[in-house]
Amino acid sequence: MNNILVANKVTKKYGDHTALQNVSIEIPKNSIYGLLGPNGAGKTTLIRIINQITYPDQGEVLFEGEPLKPEHIAKIGYLPEERGLYKSMKVGEQALYLAQLKGLSKNDAKQKLKYWFDRLEIGDWWNKKIQELSKGMAQKIQFIVTVLHEPKLLIFDEPFSGFDPINANIIKDEILRLKDGGTSIIFSTHRMESVEELCEYIALIHRSEKILDGRLSDIKKAYKNNIFEVGIKTTETDNLLLELKDKFNVLSSNVDTEEDQLNFSVQLPSGDSGALLNLLGAKGNINSFIETIPSTNEIFIRTVENKGIAHE
Amino acid sequence: MSKLPLIIKREYLAKVRNKSFVIMTFLSPILMVGMIVLIAYLTELNDNEKRIIAVLNESDYFSNEFLTSETTSFVKYKDISLEEAKDSTMNMGYYGLVYIPNEDNLQKVAQRSFFYSKESPSTTVLEKLERIFKERLRQERLREFGISARDYAEMDSKYELNISTFDGEHNLKGLNEIKAIIGGGFGYLIMMFIIIYGGFVMRSVIEEKTSRIIEVIISSVKPFQLMLGKIIGTSLAGITQFAIWIVSGGILLFVAMAIFDIEPSTLTDSSVSAGIGNGANPILSSADTTMQLYAQEIFDIPWAMLLFFFMVYFVLGYLIYSSIYAAIGAAVDNETDTQQFIFPIILPLMLAIYVGFFSVFSNPHGPIAVGFSLFPLTSPIVMLMRLPGGIGEGGVPIWQLVSSILILIATFIGIVWLAAKIYRVGILMYGKKPSYKELLKWLKY
Repeated sequence: MNNILVANKVTKKYGDHTALQNVSIEIPKNSIYGLLGPNGAGKTTLIRIINQITYPDQGEVLFEGEPLKPEHIAKIGYLPEERGLYKSMKVGEQALYLAQLKGLSKNDAKQKLKYWFDRLEIGDWWNKKIQELSKGMAQKIQFIVTVLHEPKLLIFDEPFSGFDPINANIIKDEILRLKDGGTSIIFSTHRMESVEELCEYIALIHRSEKILDGRLSDIKKAYKNNIFEVGIKTTETDNLLLELKDKFNVLSSNVDTEEDQLNFSVQLPSGDSGALLNLLGAKGNINSFIETIPSTNEIFIRTVENKGIAHE
Repeated sequence: MSKLPLIIKREYLAKVRNKSFVIMTFLSPILMVGMIVLIAYLTELNDNEKRIIAVLNESDYFSNEFLTSETTSFVKYKDISLEEAKDSTMNMGYYGLVYIPNEDNLQKVAQRSFFYSKESPSTTVLEKLERIFKERLRQERLREFGISARDYAEMDSKYELNISTFDGEHNLKGLNEIKAIIGGGFGYLIMMFIIIYGGFVMRSVIEEKTSRIIEVIISSVKPFQLMLGKIIGTSLAGITQFAIWIVSGGILLFVAMAIFDIEPSTLTDSSVSAGIGNGANPILSSADTTMQLYAQEIFDIPWAMLLFFFMVYFVLGYLIYSSIYAAIGAAVDNETDTQQFIFPIILPLMLAIYVGFFSVFSNPHGPIAVGFSLFPLTSPIVMLMRLPGGIGEGGVPIWQLVSSILILIATFIGIVWLAAKIYRVGILMYGKKPSYKELLKWLKY
């Protein structure tokens, strides 16, 4: 079994509103999976189904190959988008309570909490109330109670919203460490650029349907158009540009006369950059030659535009 | 380990550790007892104020009718004019002046008599004076008719119709009312408990929503478990508070009475306590036996049965209402939005109390009383008002009691199911105030 979680044609309706339509995803074990899409696309509904907060009208979800059942709750850690803690409850007491709700024994929970409190250097907060802590401090607690029971699957909904950059980095590092320890991770967000570098797999959700999924590197490969950004230093910029426009599909260009620099972007026939390089090599000094890889955002927009035509 | 006890424990501790809850718990009995002591003290103070009233009697009909009492004493003027008497009354700072002119018959005397005072006189003073005139007028009448005062006293005989049930059990007049008041007390207790602690449940749900912890929790437990744990935890806190109130209130009242030397009679307005400490009072002996009969009857109320059914109705009624409160808390984002939903819940409770006091008191087994003791939203209160009369013959028919409880249980299951559905959807909804129509839609989710 290579997938920690599989959703099979999951459909969920709220009255007349369809939140999810036939959504199927496969989340490989020990991967970081990005569930991406704009607000209201249905990401949170899918996550709530995985957490058994709500149930699908049709379709099924398998956790480690078994249909979801209450015992799985203890194996999943969930940081919701709308998150918070009891304001007037003491940090330690609260963390113990939430850990026990996840099925840990009191002693177990205490031990693990001590480990995490030491690790994030917040040991002296135990008897403070949440309302006495800053927002960043409360977020650390929130993170700890999410991961405390050592779940096999961690789900973060809009994980870095509300975190300040320093805390966001600390949390990011901790998440990566957990992943190295064997945990599978789902990031769900509408800010695709924020998790792009972390995710190995993604699924794009749009208007309650999955429009694209797979390994991120494969998707990017499929979506790149052989467009290259090139910079060359040469004395005859204008002539070169004319020649280029004649032989290649130049998309845009600009000439920096002071530096004798020509910058242009060009779309090449698939996989063939040799002809261009040969030509340029004879004309001057190539400063940069970069293939533009589309961002997830661009992929998303293009997929939505082409939806119904291709790319399923 | 099941998670429900964990939730109950947290909700209970969160409630009883809450500062305002602690303050309320310990301050309320002090305030209540303080109030009672204050009222008693002021009543005594009021009674102790002595009024002096001047009397200018120019007629032949009054001589020693104006008797000085504990609260009023009379000063008699003689051989001065009305104007002089008025001046003197004012100068001396007396409460007022009774002027009785000289006429040829008592009728006229009475008609022309006046009471002068600086401010408008208190009704008790007026009643006292009027009683004196009335009594004098009546004596005069009796004299004219040739009836001696002794004969008249004989004539005034007391009569009360004996009442009994068909199987020969004697009833006492007003007993139904007394029993209904006892039952009403229980009903009132249920209403208060529902309104206070139902509100707590609701606020606790709203707190979980506004602090955004709710989704964290329900990713670990079922929403229904959380709702149930909340209701049970809060009611246990409520029962703790009630118990503290009753015990500490009782002790405080006892202590306060000892310290301030307040006799219970001041508070209860009963005449029996006058005889306490100096043995049996012969004048009260006949009243005493009636009182004993009443006491016997009250003692005979099947208390064990009453307490048992109090618990049954209390638990079911409270669960029904507090789950509605929980659903309301889940549906809204903040407390100000709750008003439109709360009114419809309070309505049946108020109705039950009013119907109870107006209809059940006078006719505990009439059609209205029966109807409201079957209707599930009012039965916990109204049925308890009827129950002190007993079950079976002469009391609440068994079929009514059974069907009332069965209907209540069915409603309980139905309402909790509905409330849980609204709760489940509502706790994850933010940002808008739902309409009733929307709530109905949620039931289908």
